[in-house]
Amino acid sequence: MSADHKSPRLPGYLEYQGKHKGLLAWILSTDHKRIGLLYFYCMSTLALAGVVLGLLMKLELIAPGQTIMTAQSYNGLFTLHGLTMIFLFVIPGLIAVYGNFMLPIMIGARDVAFPKINLLSWYLYLLGALIVLASQFLGDGPPDTGWTFYAPYSLQTHTNVLAAVTGAFILGFSSILTGLNFVVTMHQMRAPGMGFFRMPLFGWALYGTAWIQLLATPVVGITFLMVVAERVLHIGFFDPTLGGDPILYQHLFWIYSHPAVYIMILPAMGAITEIIITFSNRIVFGYKAIALSSLAIAFVGYFVWGHHMFTSGMSDTARWAFSLLTFLVAIPSAIKVFNWTATLYKGSIDLQPPFWWAMAFIFVFMIGGFSGLVLGAIATDVHVQDTAFVVAHFHYIVFGGTGFAFFGALHYWYPKMFGKVYNRRRANIGLLIFFIGFNLLYFPMFILGLMGMPRRYFDYLPEFHAWNIVSTAGSWILATGLIFIITNLLKARKGTSEEIDNPWNGRTLEWQIQSPPPPENFKEIPVITKGPYERHNTVA
Amino acid sequence: MEQTSSHSIEHRDDTASKLGMWLFIFTEILLFGGLFIVYSVYRYKYPVAFHLANQELNRSVGLVNTIILLISSMTVAMSVSAIQQGKKKLTITLLAITIFLALLFLVNKYFEWGIKFQHGLYPGSSILHELSHGDILFFGLYFFMTGLHALHIIIGMTLLAVILAKVKNERINSGDFVLLENGGLYWHLVDLIWIFLFPLFYLIH
Repeated sequence: MSADHKSPRLPGYLEYQGKHKGLLAWILSTDHKRIGLLYFYCMSTLALAGVVLGLLMKLELIAPGQTIMTAQSYNGLFTLHGLTMIFLFVIPGLIAVYGNFMLPIMIGARDVAFPKINLLSWYLYLLGALIVLASQFLGDGPPDTGWTFYAPYSLQTHTNVLAAVTGAFILGFSSILTGLNFVVTMHQMRAPGMGFFRMPLFGWALYGTAWIQLLATPVVGITFLMVVAERVLHIGFFDPTLGGDPILYQHLFWIYSHPAVYIMILPAMGAITEIIITFSNRIVFGYKAIALSSLAIAFVGYFVWGHHMFTSGMSDTARWAFSLLTFLVAIPSAIKVFNWTATLYKGSIDLQPPFWWAMAFIFVFMIGGFSGLVLGAIATDVHVQDTAFVVAHFHYIVFGGTGFAFFGALHYWYPKMFGKVYNRRRANIGLLIFFIGFNLLYFPMFILGLMGMPRRYFDYLPEFHAWNIVSTAGSWILATGLIFIITNLLKARKGTSEEIDNPWNGRTLEWQIQSPPPPENFKEIPVITKGPYERHNTVA
Repeated sequence: MEQTSSHSIEHRDDTASKLGMWLFIFTEILLFGGLFIVYSVYRYKYPVAFHLANQELNRSVGLVNTIILLISSMTVAMSVSAIQQGKKKLTITLLAITIFLALLFLVNKYFEWGIKFQHGLYPGSSILHELSHGDILFFGLYFFMTGLHALHIIIGMTLLAVILAKVKNERINSGDFVLLENGGLYWHLVDLIWIFLFPLFYLIH
């Protein structure tokens, strides 16, 4: 390990000076680590805006009737919250930040296969984000369709759906190019000796994800183009008055957007896998099972889109087929959870903040997963369709899954990315507050959903009041925890640099080089002779 | 920061480039795939209207355009062989022919569309909206799909023009021609999609 033999330290990627200076040195950089950080800063900003929108929605729901906003504002708010969180944060999420930053290092490469296309992806992301945000201010008011743009309402509303859909289309392009880049990177750039089955499991998760990005995103791309054409040219694809079929829109939308859920969760599972292995201080249990379950999830995930439409109008045969397939996805997901726990067994567990995040992830992800089975079964789904139950399930998976993993990965790789350490005690306290707030915020929504409270209304009947108060109070606790966590990390960022190349005793390649890594990562490309989680030879 | 120039991170890897192009072609096929699904659904729903509406289209123009694209696919493939044998002039000529044929395709398309517009058969027109649902959707799909395809022709032409310029100043040569190969692949894709569009719109029975 590099800690043992003192090699001279190179300037890290953060301060490295190339042809350009200042901001240009960042926004023109093709260094995968700088691009990763560009994504990180954009996403964090946008996600925080999304959190504020969410808090406002919860505040509106603190009491029945109009509290702080009108029904139309509420519609606009949940649409923007969804668009921001889904398209600008969790879909690119871990892929664009940690995938970009860590993947090349983890497979022993100097960069991704197409660094320029990688930078182009970021610009497309930025452009798409700006257009989505512009939809709030241009035209006849903010879109109010929800993030799903369901036809025929998205064709009829006078609000500015056009800009939002166009922005989402461009974001899809960005996502496709990132996926393409990663697939080629993993096929072509692995260090000598690193067969596919010596690749770290985060890489495997990204591999499955990248294929979904490639093969599913174009379908929603064309669907959004059709919505644009509908609004501009009145072609009639999804408009029943012209012979079109709105249900067809739902099919096309979910053919992408269900696999998109796996775009969100697979890299999250990958990051959690890395964390669990590192802090268990032992070899991973079931390497191949975890690796292949990523591909299995990606594959089966294509064929379950119909479970979003159980009450939309489908034949019974289609419904039970989709229901069965939905249950099948639970198998590879459970394989991962079982292998994680088996990895912990007889491990020498090091209770550090990233590990606590991983445990919190498993806890909330299980609740999210089991409630998903309730929704996957037709009979129960019909009962809770379009209620707060769905919102709770969705947030347990996407926020509790991807969001928690994002924070876990941040705490895990923070020393590597910035060469600084954060206060671990404060990190743990922050997580605890966050975790309590999260469960207080979302768990009551399961109960409210079962009681029959519909989602997406700014108002509700008086009998739902009590649990809504709990939920809103939870949102404040969650926000407190979030502030705690962010302050701690920001403070660390300002702190002094330390030589902490491998603070967690990690065994994958990124821990064998200096923190923050130099441009091009390795002086010499390492030759891999062992599995990813065995002790490595020295890396120059 | 142009670290690529100072550090040469982006070393040449033709396999990677070609793999990347193939993956991109997959995404293009899926993009059109979404439209083919929509087409199948509505053709299944309105078989008679689709059959009658298709007789409005000019089969001869469609056939000529099919032949034009097939020949252009051949010339672009020949240009790849030509560059491999170091025949720069021939490569340029063949690429120029390809671009010319693409232009010819677009000219034909322009007149074809023009006639439809004269007859009022375009999306959103009042004449079309008085026809049956099947007609509306047939012509809607016709314009959307051939329009998107024409956009791909334009992108392909631009790409081939850039490639032609690079062959001229020898940035593409017999030792390094992966960009030309990728341009050719893209052009074959554009051709391939038309091969499916032609029977679906012009040859329905």
